Amino acid sequence: MTVTAPESAPAAELPPSSGTRLVDRVFKMRELAILVVFLVMIAVTQAGNSEFLSEQGIKDLLLNATILVLVATGQSLVVITRNVDLSVGSTLGISAFAAGTYLHGGGNPVVAIVLAVLLGVGCGLLNGLLVSLGQVPALVVTLGTLYIIRGVDSIWVGSRQITAADLPGGFVDFGSGGVSAVPWLALIALAVLVATAYYLKHFGSGRESYALGSNPEAARLAGIPVRKRILTAYTFCGALAGLAGALYLARFGNVDSGTGNGYELTVVSAVVVGGVVFTGGSGSVYGAALGALLLTSINSVLPALGVSSVWVLAINGVLLLLAIAVDRIVALRVATALKKSTAKRPAGDGARRPAPEKGSSRNA
Amino acid sequence: MTHPSDTGPAPVLALEDISKSFGAVRALRDVSLRLFPGEVHALAGENGAGKSTLIKTLAGVHRPDAGRVLLDGEPVVFHGPGDARDAGIAVIYQEPTLFPDLSIAENIFMGRQPRRAFGRIDHRATRAATEALMRRLGVDLDPDRPARGLSIADQQIVEIAKALSFEARVLVMDEPTAALTGSEVARLFGVVRTLRDQGAAVLFISHRLEEIFQICRRVTTLRDGGLISSEPLDGMTEDDLVRRMVGRDLDELYPKQDVTAGEVALSVKRLTREGVFTDISFEVRRGEIVGLAGLVGAGRTEVARAVFGIDRWDAGGVEVDGRALTNGAPSTAMAAGLALVPEDRRAQGLVMGMSIERNIGLTGLRTTVRAGLMDRGAERSRSLDWAVRLQVKYSRIADAVSTLSGGNQQKVVLAKWLATGPGVLIVDEPTRGIDVGTKAEVHRLLSQLAADGVAVLMISSDLPEILGMADRVLVMHEGRLTAEIPRAEATEETVMAAATGRAAA
Ligand SMILES: Nc1ncnc2c1ncn2[C@@H]1O[C@H](COP(=O)(O)OP(=O)(O)OP(=O)(O)O)[C@@H](O)[C@H]1O
Ligand SMILES: [Mg+2]
Repeated sequence: MTVTAPESAPAAELPPSSGTRLVDRVFKMRELAILVVFLVMIAVTQAGNSEFLSEQGIKDLLLNATILVLVATGQSLVVITRNVDLSVGSTLGISAFAAGTYLHGGGNPVVAIVLAVLLGVGCGLLNGLLVSLGQVPALVVTLGTLYIIRGVDSIWVGSRQITAADLPGGFVDFGSGGVSAVPWLALIALAVLVATAYYLKHFGSGRESYALGSNPEAARLAGIPVRKRILTAYTFCGALAGLAGALYLARFGNVDSGTGNGYELTVVSAVVVGGVVFTGGSGSVYGAALGALLLTSINSVLPALGVSSVWVLAINGVLLLLAIAVDRIVALRVATALKKSTAKRPAGDGARRPAPEKGSSRNA
Repeated sequence: MTHPSDTGPAPVLALEDISKSFGAVRALRDVSLRLFPGEVHALAGENGAGKSTLIKTLAGVHRPDAGRVLLDGEPVVFHGPGDARDAGIAVIYQEPTLFPDLSIAENIFMGRQPRRAFGRIDHRATRAATEALMRRLGVDLDPDRPARGLSIADQQIVEIAKALSFEARVLVMDEPTAALTGSEVARLFGVVRTLRDQGAAVLFISHRLEEIFQICRRVTTLRDGGLISSEPLDGMTEDDLVRRMVGRDLDELYPKQDVTAGEVALSVKRLTREGVFTDISFEVRRGEIVGLAGLVGAGRTEVARAVFGIDRWDAGGVEVDGRALTNGAPSTAMAAGLALVPEDRRAQGLVMGMSIERNIGLTGLRTTVRAGLMDRGAERSRSLDWAVRLQVKYSRIADAVSTLSGGNQQKVVLAKWLATGPGVLIVDEPTRGIDVGTKAEVHRLLSQLAADGVAVLMISSDLPEILGMADRVLVMHEGRLTAEIPRAEATEETVMAAATGRAAA
């Protein structure tokens, strides 16, 4: 009988939570990385064009990001549950026009916003019901509702158009005003963002949304009301798309039947660039918001640097692929690290039972 | 608080004449079961007998087609797993049901987190409660670690912690010990006994009969979805139990043939993967079955994965028939005649949505492809052949693997790799979750393969299996090889001593 004496347990010195801390760091890093890319981009642009970060410049950056941040926040919630909502662009368009039509007759701006949100809630409910009741993938269902809502919008709007001149002056001022460089709209988006993040982290139903996206079958077995959570996510997403529609109206004052066309792809890009994983269960709304900020800023950065804006799409695409590649690599790294940290954990009885002192062969 | 000796006649939970079919498969036929407080009750039966289906019925996952569920004598209808949970029924399912992206603490308390004002989750209390549970189970898992990447055994432990985390009146455990080794099982049983003494009713499933005798007082046996008997274990022998399960007497459980070992087929030299295992050297000869024993987490599976090329190694090397394998390349390992039956069947062994036939056929793609096209006929006949040899219980070979019972899924994994006709076979927990009858069949098969000149490396947490089948036993402890024991000297004591690091040189 050959016995090789184990010389030492190299693992014993390792802090027990090294695996966790590493994972924590990586996820913080994921959001940090976008922030860094964003800041570098801004710094380079500022160096090339000192006008870029004027008060108006900053305001424009924030204003441009606001609407995308809002919709991306809602979309994140849906993506976290391992679904997707492709109809957000249509919802935004129809809510914007509804709010505009109401205001055209000289209505109250607050009522207009509520109206837009309610219309969004309606669209979200429709999506949520179809996805949670039907056994059809969300991609297909919401592709359908994308066309349905857009179709209804086109029939209703026809060739009409709403312009800033049709709107109450206060509403338009609200759309462009703010506290020095910070627009009102951005403050609204920020409030929604922070509230959503808090909800996702600190409330049972928020955590259940992550659980649902992480492993739907296990979620069912854990007694999580799966349909209700999906319905909530879609309704919330629709509501934010509706709100975004009203803010779009306030910001641009110009709405027709094509408003928000193709917007869903930008939204999904922002979410993915922001590190919300498409297979559900992980990512944060802060990441998605940063992704939105990054994507919209490119639109301002290129002209400021004198680069033709035809490059915008290509750059967005590259960013998207880069983000996916980074996620994949990070995921692999984390998996390896976790494996190692499990293996390193003083295994078996070494830790699970007080180590036998007598006859211990640690003789090195 | 009720003591086991003064259990009243009133069952906490009773199933009456439950029937359940899946399409043409009658998984349960008029099965009744009564669970009393302060008692551990065993549920026994072959793979596919309907044990898990029964459990899912009383957990609210399946609605019975006929029959009633009674809670405290009152008929109840569970509309979902949540209802059963709220009624105080905790269930550990056969397959781990964890959320890979969430922390261990969140996994355990999902849906029932401690709350602070305004319904907010109390993260600190959740973590503290998880730590307390881990202490109670005597394990050292970080509550904040995500569940992704946990070993099967650790996943099982999280499942157990989940079930213990609420004061359940009925605890149902579907093969909780399948992935655990002796000391973890002992600790689990300690906890189960405490719960029992506090008046909980426990329903326990295991294919390890000695465990049933160790902890249970009564046993209900199922065969082909029908109820065979429900009786006290007192005075019963393992053979009696097997006869009820299988319907006949069982042949030898460890039919090991004596084979003279041939030349070295697999040679592992000073293999090291940093932080996982260190300096592993051993050889396996043709005709030999070498057992690899050790506690959960000792690094056995990791060595097997590295040898097969799934994970990379940092130092050392592997040779098959004298030819060195490429680091981290399973395809070259397969080409050299190496086959690995993995431990985690769901994640690594099977494509759940695909048919039984295609799953078995997967590894044979190369041999059943003719002129660039798949030869479906050849695939089918080969798959059928192996499905029959391993007694896989299915209704049609074109059915999805996900509809099979746990043990039958394991058989499909085995079939898939045996069908490649390997020269060196590494099996990781080959009989995990497999019933006694088939276990004997798997052992006979491994023994036959060895006699035909295959070199077999068998990782197992089932010590009797190692002792009964291996020509030589390698023992690992904390990532190192601590002993190599020939068959004649291998006993429970010598192996356990080396596995726990108590073997003084
Ligand atoms: N969802 C399903 N669809 C179709 N058939 C199913 C399904 N679930 C179980 N079955 C069938 O029901 C029968 C009983 O399966 P069950 O999982 O209850 O067996 P078991 O006793 O738990 O076996 P094991 O010991 O292998 O876990 C099997 O024939 C299985 O193929
Ligand atoms: Mg089962």
